[in-house]
Amino acid sequence: MPGKLKVKIVAGRHLPVMDRASDLTDAFVEVKFGNTTFKTDVYPKSLNPQWNSEWFKFEVDDEELQDEPLQITVLDHDTYSANDAIGKVYIDIDPLLYSEAATVISGWFPIYDTIHGIRGEINVVVKVDLFNDLNRFRQSSCGVKFFCTTSIPKCYRAVIIHGFVEELVVNEDPEYQWIDRIRTPRASNEARQRLISLMSGELQRKIGLKVLEMRGNAVVGYLQCFDLEGESGLVVRAIGTACTLDKLSNTSAFLPACNSPSKEMKEIPFNEDPNPNTYSSGPSTPLKNQTYSFSPSKSYSRQSSSSDTDLSLTPKTGMGSGSAGKEGGPFKTLLRQQTQSALEQREFPFFTLTTFPPGFLVHVGGVVSARSVKLLDRIHNPDEPETRDAWWAEIRQEIKSHAKALGCHAVVGYSESTSICEEVCILSASGTAAVLNPRFLQDGTMEGCLEQRLSWQPGFFSIGSEKGEVDFFPQSQDSSSLLGIEEASPPGCGFCHIPYDELNMPFPAHLTYCYNCRKQKVPDVLFTTIDLPVEAIVIGKGCLIQARLCRLKKKAQAEANATSISNLLPFMEYEVHTQLMNKLKLRGMNALFGLRIQITVGENMLMGLASATGVYLAALPTPGGIQIAGKTPNDATYDQHISHMQKKINDTIAKNKELYEINPPELPEEIIGSPIPEPRQRSRLLRSQSESSDEVTELDLSHGKKDAFVLEIDDTDAMEDVHSLLTDVPPPSGFYSCNTEIMPGINNWTPEIQMFTAVRVSRLSTINPTNQTLNKNFNDLCENLLKSLYFKLRSMVPCCLCHVNFTVALPEDELVQIAVTAVAITYDKNQALQANKAPTEKSQQRASTDNEEQLQFPLELCSDPLSSQPFSPAKEVLEGASSHTGIPAAQRVLKSHSGSWFRAGTSPEIDRCNSWIELIKLKAQTIRRGSIKTTTSLEKASPLAEGYLRHRSVPSCTNSTVSVVKMTPLSFLPGAKITKYLGIINMFFIRETTSLREEGGVSGFLHAFIAEVFAMVRAHVAALGGNAVVSYIMKQCVFMENPNKNQAQCLINVSGDAVIFVRESELEMLPVQPSTAAPQPTSSAGDVTT
Amino acid sequence: MSSDLDVFVGNTTLIDEEVYRLWLDGHSVAEAVARRLRGGVLEREGTSVAVLQSDTRDHYRTFQMLERLLHAPPRLLQQLLFQIPPERQALLVQRYYAFDEALARELLGKKLSKGTKKELDEVSARTGVGIRSCRRQFDNFKRVFKAVEELRGPLAENIQQLFLLDYAAIVFFANSRFETGKRRLQFLSFADFAACAQSMMGHWSQGALGEPPDPRAPEAAEPDGDLPKSFLQDLKELKVLVADKDLLDQHKSLVCSALRGKISVYNELEANFKALSRALVNVGGKLTHARDVRDFFVDLVEKVIEPCRSDKWSPGDLRLFLTHYTAARHQALWERYMAAITACLLRMYHD
Repeated sequence: MPGKLKVKIVAGRHLPVMDRASDLTDAFVEVKFGNTTFKTDVYPKSLNPQWNSEWFKFEVDDEELQDEPLQITVLDHDTYSANDAIGKVYIDIDPLLYSEAATVISGWFPIYDTIHGIRGEINVVVKVDLFNDLNRFRQSSCGVKFFCTTSIPKCYRAVIIHGFVEELVVNEDPEYQWIDRIRTPRASNEARQRLISLMSGELQRKIGLKVLEMRGNAVVGYLQCFDLEGESGLVVRAIGTACTLDKLSNTSAFLPACNSPSKEMKEIPFNEDPNPNTYSSGPSTPLKNQTYSFSPSKSYSRQSSSSDTDLSLTPKTGMGSGSAGKEGGPFKTLLRQQTQSALEQREFPFFTLTTFPPGFLVHVGGVVSARSVKLLDRIHNPDEPETRDAWWAEIRQEIKSHAKALGCHAVVGYSESTSICEEVCILSASGTAAVLNPRFLQDGTMEGCLEQRLSWQPGFFSIGSEKGEVDFFPQSQDSSSLLGIEEASPPGCGFCHIPYDELNMPFPAHLTYCYNCRKQKVPDVLFTTIDLPVEAIVIGKGCLIQARLCRLKKKAQAEANATSISNLLPFMEYEVHTQLMNKLKLRGMNALFGLRIQITVGENMLMGLASATGVYLAALPTPGGIQIAGKTPNDATYDQHISHMQKKINDTIAKNKELYEINPPELPEEIIGSPIPEPRQRSRLLRSQSESSDEVTELDLSHGKKDAFVLEIDDTDAMEDVHSLLTDVPPPSGFYSCNTEIMPGINNWTPEIQMFTAVRVSRLSTINPTNQTLNKNFNDLCENLLKSLYFKLRSMVPCCLCHVNFTVALPEDELVQIAVTAVAITYDKNQALQANKAPTEKSQQRASTDNEEQLQFPLELCSDPLSSQPFSPAKEVLEGASSHTGIPAAQRVLKSHSGSWFRAGTSPEIDRCNSWIELIKLKAQTIRRGSIKTTTSLEKASPLAEGYLRHRSVPSCTNSTVSVVKMTPLSFLPGAKITKYLGIINMFFIRETTSLREEGGVSGFLHAFIAEVFAMVRAHVAALGGNAVVSYIMKQCVFMENPNKNQAQCLINVSGDAVIFVRESELEMLPVQPSTAAPQPTSSAGDVTT
Repeated sequence: MSSDLDVFVGNTTLIDEEVYRLWLDGHSVAEAVARRLRGGVLEREGTSVAVLQSDTRDHYRTFQMLERLLHAPPRLLQQLLFQIPPERQALLVQRYYAFDEALARELLGKKLSKGTKKELDEVSARTGVGIRSCRRQFDNFKRVFKAVEELRGPLAENIQQLFLLDYAAIVFFANSRFETGKRRLQFLSFADFAACAQSMMGHWSQGALGEPPDPRAPEAAEPDGDLPKSFLQDLKELKVLVADKDLLDQHKSLVCSALRGKISVYNELEANFKALSRALVNVGGKLTHARDVRDFFVDLVEKVIEPCRSDKWSPGDLRLFLTHYTAARHQALWERYMAAITACLLRMYHD
């Protein structure tokens, strides 16, 4: 019995009137944990009862502590009839189970009822005494920390990143149990809420066990989702990245802080000291690993079939040692083998992280994704997780092999999702194929790194916090000679360099020498699912790019339905890709980050929504323009029309370049080749019409090597598409938007943030809907929603919408639901201008401040010796893109094997639909976002942040001040330093009403519910002692209505990390210890020796 | 394509002051959108009517949800549902409880009953304040009145604590039911009455004496909205000033000798002194009877202000007269009484 849970019920306030006669309430409280229940006394005739109960003590084992929520029910005592429930509070006590998080939960919680919403508040104190003998038979995993944040949390450093953990639990959905017919909606909702809470606890415990097995102590990038499968069950599944984290010492927390996120990220590795572990095995590691040498003959093909895909993949898997001879030096192979072997031991070398410690990411291959259509009513044993486990395993296997095809041994920025409609379920997974530095992946590390790090320290320290990005690269003389040259490229562009073999490219693609280092090959476009690496050199600003698509589908049952969906998917992927590529070019940019493609299935249509942040990477070539080719060139008016369109497109590109400040340096063309397309030579990209496969083959674009992107206007559909390209309105002036954490080119955020959720449900009411009209409607819906956000947030200008996250659902016929969560952050315009000027003045186009300039020194130093090394640029360069799927990842691919798509229909049980790969890579040097303090804006936001809600004109309301809790989908708060992580927030709520009209219709109902969810999240965070939630995400928002019955129901699932942050302005006020900067070298040196 | 459902919820609740004003004024969403359009927001922000409608509806929903909390401002500070910065909360409360003086003037002294509420249509027509706004303000008056009715302690402070200061006058009037609607009182504005109420509460009420009320004293149990009974009772003693001829003559000679040559209307003063003095004293004496209390302002106007005005007294003359009239007697009760009367008369003496 390793734990004692103690609960005290202090008081209630603002309770609803339960007794109409007296206008008062006789309230008491039931406190339930597991199967034990305690009750307080009845506090008669009051709406503000003071129970001041004793400590209720539950003696439980830690397994129970992890699984069970604490359940507090407030009731109205009734002498003659049954007591009426007022509402409930569920408290997840997990944060109390590990020592570094919260020690007590204490505060006012909204009392929540699934029918009436929030009804007053209750003050509760919760503590846990854990006994320390919990090692015997671990069923529990107390002590493993969970983070939703998809980067290494700010006050920790990663000792080892172990890798992928996943788990899935299944239960019968209470809503579909027979008893649901006789119980009240309230009872049914509460049963569901409780079940999901239990399942989440169990899931987290099981994942924790896996982490302990891997000898980790934390899960980062934890993403938990639930699938409402209906009759076949309720699935809660989670993925994450197991890590061993070390808490940074307190002194580092008080280092002079810097307010730019990117800098902050750097700072962590800076403070971080080499872990003893990382050096212990020393040079033996690479040698040892060689014994695992990679066998090209080993088949990576998925056992799961899909023959054509396999065919296209198999040759590429040989890339490892097979092509080693052609590569720049033996080390590449060695490094690769080493990492590969480290990763090969894992079943799935996946990482849910999107931001990495500097140096972790060596190369990026491109996006890999896989989807599969399943029939839920075919699950053999629905109550057991096996079938779903097998489904996911299959998809992951596929992802893994795609990554291999791109010459990558790992997948980063990995995520999974589902879309369910009736009995059909689409499972999707996507990520970014990458080559990783092995240092973080295992206990051993290369000595070279250590030496280099030591020798570099003085220089770095004099600069300030810059060092992280270099030290994992084998870049010093020693290490470069030891490790081989090909890794020697400046870190800013290294990740763009292609990881695959140039002679053995997974797909035809156009490669050029890196525009930054001129040594390695880069693709012309790079798509990724990760955040922009902090060291990447970006020109200008980024912007949100979305591809939107609807496809009609016949209503069908079971296998026929699954087949038709499977048949549609490849076309959708292709079209989405084409749109993204066109829009990217239209903005004069060459890379996408944070790409997320969501395919949603409905009764009679499929919808695709892809969001990403476009940027111009300095390492990649300038994108060519978009050329329009008419089909009937003889018609004069038609020609005129075409040329008019062409002009419009060109104008838009020019305007966008100005808007996003994209002014790449002019490069002598002979060096690079010709980035500017010669009109005659260009390859043409083709729009494939989904109906006809023959058209696809007709347009083979893979010959020629030019950049221009041709849109062939061969029918009215094509015309429509070109029009829709041009309808995307740029955000109003003063606004930028992106779906990544940080916006490239803006580096002076103020602390003023506004997180919001907007939801729209629209009827696509066309009588005879066609794909085109639906597309247009959907496009308008998204554009209008964005417009409306810009208008609402106009008072925050100049500002940027960050982490814009769209989710699409098709609740019923013709209804489309779009939910957006994002955060608006104000930035300082004057400073932005300064910062922007710097790069334009410099031909290197670095968004730099003084710091950054200084930083260049060490970088140059480290690259100089390398460039003097014999260097063979002849290394093969290859460029990835998808092939087996038939979708052109870069622009010219469209191979005949795209026919493979159509195979799927035959066995809907395992419909592997599509998977496509994208990639490219780029190179750049370190970008250093400035660390300019923004004092003026600090003032603006401070009343919000620390304000006590007391005001002169309303003076006397003394008894409580509600503390402000900030919420953000980002992993950081601008202008603030996170000093403590208090635990994960993972909440699930159901709200139902049978008086929809009275509550203000669907909008009134949902508005109130979302506000209530926010309020409950804030209350839980405040009770943990926190003042913010970071990495907040609304994972699910399922809304159903029945206006005829005046009813509606909504389910919302949210999560995030509760934290304590301190304003940098406050940190500065603390007496600065002279030792904070100086002792760093010594302390790190000290750690090395330990 | 119509949006069935369209919501925007911020972690910090967005409050648009312009829309709040429109909502408070009782405009429907459509009217509010039309007014915003006329305000030129479309041109400024380059947005569309649909966006404006959606935005307005969002704000209206927020305000409707907030209204419940605005009914008890301290709850607004404690609630967890909306995260609103303190200065915005203050703004919400202030604007919500702000009232149109024209409307307040109409309602002064009226019983805040259902009957009165039914007459709001006419009031709305007369004052030009929208009917919905009239009803909201009426309900505000009533809510404040009800909330402080039972409370002890200084009225103004109670109201200040729960709502806002301005309400003291309205509650005081509603409580004492002074007549304010007569035609001869029409020249007085709400501000005049509010100032009078403030002087009366300031000088006459229990809390105004500057000492904590003695809990054993009978007044301590009374709500502060009523004037203390013992004080009113004492005022009856003052009648002797006009009933006793010697005292009246003595008073007159003291005042006249002090004012001779200093006041332009000396002759008129000498002629009217007794009538004026009687009026001034009797007003106080009548305050014990609820029915006569109603006539307080009527009496002052009819018996003091109008005669003076017809004799062409300047405000300075009146001030001089009242100062010396009060100073001629040394008695705490008298000075306390006359302080408020003087303040009221000086405030009311205008066209």
